Amino acid sequence: MTPRPPIRIVLDSNVRNGRHPNDHGRVDACGDDNVARPTRRSVVQWLAASMALAASGCSEHPRGTLDSYAHMPEIAVNGTPLYYASACLRDGFAQGVLVATQQGRPVKVEGNPGHPASLGGTDVFAQAEILQLWDPDRSRNVVRRSTDGRSEPSSWPAFMKAWRERPAGAVHVLAGPSTSPTESAGLARLLGGDPGSRWYLDDRAGGAGERAAAQAAFGRPVRWVRHFDRTTLIVSFGADPFSEGPAAVRQAADWARARGDAIAAGRRPPTLVALETMPGLFGARADERLALSPPQIEAALWLCARRLLPALATASTNAPAPGTATGAMAGQGAAMAVSEDAAASAAAERLAQLLERHRGAALLCGADWLSVPSQALLHALAQRFGSDGAIEAIAPPEEGAASLPPPGSLRDLLQAVDHRSVDTLLVLGANPVYTSADGAALAAAMAKVPLGIHFGSHRDETAASCGWHLPCGHVFEQWGDARAFDGSATVLQPVITPLYDTRSPIELLALLAGEPAPDGRALVHAQWKALAGGAGAAGASDFDDFWRRSLRDGVIAGSRSAPLALPPARLPQWGPDRPAPAADAIWGLFPSDASVLDGSHANNGWLQELPRPFTKITWGNALHLGPETARTLGLKTGDLARVRRIDQPAGGIEAPVWVLPGHAERSATLPRGYGRRAAGGIGDQVGVDNAPLRSATPGAVALVIERSGDGHVFAVTQVETDQQDRDLARVIDGAALAAAHGQGPSPSAANPTLYPPVALQGAAWGMAIDLDACIGCNVCTIACQAENNIPVVGPAEIEAGRVMHWIRVDAYRDEADRVLNQPVTCMHCENAPCELVCPVGATVHDSEGLNVQVYNRCVGTRFCSNNCPYKVRRFNFRQYSDVRTEIAKLMHNPDVTVRSRGVMEKCSYCVQRISRARREEQKTGQPNGHDEVRTACQSACPTGAIHFGDLNDPHSDVVQAKASPRHYVMLGELNTRPRTTYLARVGALPKEES
Amino acid sequence: MPQAFEPRVELIIKVVLIAVLAGTGALVVFLIAHGRHDDAVGIAVPQPIPFSHKHHVGDVGLDCRFCHVTVETDASPGMPATQVCMTCHSQLFQDQPMFAPLRASVASGQPIVWTQVNRLPDYAYFDHSVHIAKGVGCIECHGRIDQEPLVSKAEALQMRWCVQCHNNPGPHLRPPDEVFSMRPARLSDEEIRSLAQLMRLESKQRLSDCSTCHR
Repeated sequence: MTPRPPIRIVLDSNVRNGRHPNDHGRVDACGDDNVARPTRRSVVQWLAASMALAASGCSEHPRGTLDSYAHMPEIAVNGTPLYYASACLRDGFAQGVLVATQQGRPVKVEGNPGHPASLGGTDVFAQAEILQLWDPDRSRNVVRRSTDGRSEPSSWPAFMKAWRERPAGAVHVLAGPSTSPTESAGLARLLGGDPGSRWYLDDRAGGAGERAAAQAAFGRPVRWVRHFDRTTLIVSFGADPFSEGPAAVRQAADWARARGDAIAAGRRPPTLVALETMPGLFGARADERLALSPPQIEAALWLCARRLLPALATASTNAPAPGTATGAMAGQGAAMAVSEDAAASAAAERLAQLLERHRGAALLCGADWLSVPSQALLHALAQRFGSDGAIEAIAPPEEGAASLPPPGSLRDLLQAVDHRSVDTLLVLGANPVYTSADGAALAAAMAKVPLGIHFGSHRDETAASCGWHLPCGHVFEQWGDARAFDGSATVLQPVITPLYDTRSPIELLALLAGEPAPDGRALVHAQWKALAGGAGAAGASDFDDFWRRSLRDGVIAGSRSAPLALPPARLPQWGPDRPAPAADAIWGLFPSDASVLDGSHANNGWLQELPRPFTKITWGNALHLGPETARTLGLKTGDLARVRRIDQPAGGIEAPVWVLPGHAERSATLPRGYGRRAAGGIGDQVGVDNAPLRSATPGAVALVIERSGDGHVFAVTQVETDQQDRDLARVIDGAALAAAHGQGPSPSAANPTLYPPVALQGAAWGMAIDLDACIGCNVCTIACQAENNIPVVGPAEIEAGRVMHWIRVDAYRDEADRVLNQPVTCMHCENAPCELVCPVGATVHDSEGLNVQVYNRCVGTRFCSNNCPYKVRRFNFRQYSDVRTEIAKLMHNPDVTVRSRGVMEKCSYCVQRISRARREEQKTGQPNGHDEVRTACQSACPTGAIHFGDLNDPHSDVVQAKASPRHYVMLGELNTRPRTTYLARVGALPKEES
Repeated sequence: MPQAFEPRVELIIKVVLIAVLAGTGALVVFLIAHGRHDDAVGIAVPQPIPFSHKHHVGDVGLDCRFCHVTVETDASPGMPATQVCMTCHSQLFQDQPMFAPLRASVASGQPIVWTQVNRLPDYAYFDHSVHIAKGVGCIECHGRIDQEPLVSKAEALQMRWCVQCHNNPGPHLRPPDEVFSMRPARLSDEEIRSLAQLMRLESKQRLSDCSTCHR
């Protein structure tokens, strides 16, 4: 392939500069600090110059160009998005999506309703894939690092020459998690070339403990498929099943549907019990939530198991030895140390009662940091108490081809390098130098390998320690395949030709295995022809049909893993096996961040600026502490703390502190994924890297925390979490709801008004947001950002209060520190206060009830924003939209105006989608069906919390939602008569008695 | 301080100053209201290949849709692909020097880059297909393109010109089979009324909503 001509990039784009408009301090809210203070002389000079310019006359607009096709594609649709079924990958697992392309450019991701991990919803990472694709910092070409450390651009032929001329011998491959059958087969073929070849798994997804535990319990690897809609009790031991793992979207969707159905039918919805350290999305919706430190959680698990499993109480040495990965300090030793803990015992007592009651229909989820014996115990409990269809066991989808040997670990690789037995090392889709706790050792080891090759989408930390860097394409640019959490496979099809001279992982593996010019499609096609041959679609025409259907549906029919019949789980050994560490230690957890995961998404401005749930911090991380612990340590929010491991006398890191109500005491949480050194222009040096604190094996780490300073300013989007008795986000009592059933909505006394009545003719658009379904996952915010070309403003602007998100998720705390999430967007008031004060008529009503913002009329007085009681209007204080970086322009939705400086903007109810549907209706003469128009936030929401439609259509979803007895109007006393209204959350149900 | 001017002179000065200011304002208002804002109307725009609509439409009688294939389905009418030109010009005049860009496009697969004639600002969203479906003829906006050797802008494409038609679309409509015709429509008032009814136009209010064209 010939190298493509480079695309011109202006490096000083606003998005990138936006990070540090004014490096540390706040931006002056009144003026533009970039303009120097003018002198009298300069003012006169500018006046004279502008007069001269005006007098010289104007020339006509520069003319644009129209590029015609050379060969017109089969489907050329301008103005209508074209959808391709594909998938986004998270730790190798697929989430099925439909990628919308406009004029050949991917601009938006929607969930694939037919895919088991999506059901139409997505998570924030799938929505942000668009920016990942158009990221200006993506790696564009092969780079070679010479022996003196300088990097120089190279080419694929030059690399292939070096590869062929390498000393013969074994190939060592370090790969990230993957579920791709084709990739696994390609890896097996590459390793098959030499008997000494080995591969290692970079287990950043944290599945090693669970695998070892399954091995101990069942003698084979197992993955549970949890059905959140077929259960009556869900218990989480430190996990957050609504945001973690490959099935999070599906689990949230299943739960919300089951809960909604149960409440509508007057039945009791599934009971959620959360034992967690850091508040999580699941805990926020739990009926019973206990904030416990990691050892307390493990103790509760063991104490509860001892009550339920008499065999465990007496089991002694005849139990199988637990797996080897028990180095975590919060293993049983620590658990036993607190087994006398009152909170843990009380939790265990209650859990035992509930599990006994819900035997057969209970679901248990465990965090990946639990020790291996604890996870083995969890497997045993899950099997015994979820037997009636709540869970199914399948073979792990990440299990590779049969010919592939089991992988080694990072430690094995380090040892192999130390023994100088590694001449050739290929790092495939992983960045272990940053993500691993052993990163520094790994970087030093890789530098010693004669032929070190890094294959990735960015020139990251690992690329810097390898001799060669090869650019990997984005998942939307290449062929591939991947499995979902339940084993269902998806063929990943490209939606755009590669932007740069990149290869896909399967193409690279084939290339290295000796194929001269591998073609991704042919590789996937051949792989599935072989796999489907066994499944019966053997004939050529049969297979073509099967292939086309698989591509169109986004799921390969019949590829779901069959349930396994498991033997009864062996119980792990009971009893403390290690000395208990100091009881006064503070237990640190280092989970993946809600926005940037393990750092892989750190260069994504949309995700960096997405407020983290519960804290609303953007652009960084913090050491989260419980209030009591913080008081004991003399720390408050904004202080700096020096944190070190208890077994390290010196060193450690300095991190800003955030005191978080609801966080467990005697424990601390510092999300990972920050402090990247080579992420790119956006992600570098944002937040604090916690690698020096982490242990190589999963588990909580005992920490010592000392105050070391203060004055850290967080970029937060919400400072007030108290509703101040205004009843903005409401909770309705379960009993009151039952009484109100069948009575319809509470009659809202229409206040008198001086405004003319709003005529409801044609369509009348309205929205209802169900707070009972909302889990606060933020996907609406980022879906809106992608759909509506909303710019990223950077931390300094966020600190100045200049947030740009059109839909925000407010979080309020009640007296019991329970968090209530409320998405807030423009209410499209019928009596809109903003419209009255606009001097130029830039915000007006249209005939369908939309409160429209006309950008080309707006002169930026900001009166409208001041007069808006819901504070949903957003002002472009600067030129936030990046209109200079060529590649970033291409990700814009062409149906939405890119706003410039000095213009007000806000939610438009996705007027471009309404307009498209209307034009289609007008063109064809066929009326649109009910709920034809779906807003971006609505279609991305995994739990279906957002209802949108025509209020004049009695069959529309929104009309039915608004008929609920839970319906209310936010700030209804202002008589703004908003079109967006809410359904109150159903409060805690009466506690289950045993 | 002694008085600089006599009261009479002072009055004259005031009157003159006021007259100058008011006159300037009036001039600005007059220019805005009646001035021509876009001098490009009626000026032929040079193109890489001197494509003549006069020849292709007026003389040969090609239908608009032969080249602008998506005008009935998409917002954009579509520019003809090189292949479309080659349906005839692989046989006709293929050696002419003026076809050098066409031959280059065939050889390289790269597009022919035409110069844009009609351009709307990015915040105005015009959809060709819905206007065609509602019976707005090509010549309403593009003029007698069948008489133009090189295309020029027929209208200034100002918002008030758009709004004038959106406020009263009837007189600008044609029967569906006449939309692509270059003959001026001669309809009676009665015919205009029944046509507007037949087309099932949206309400006048809907057609003049900001959100109809801006988003």
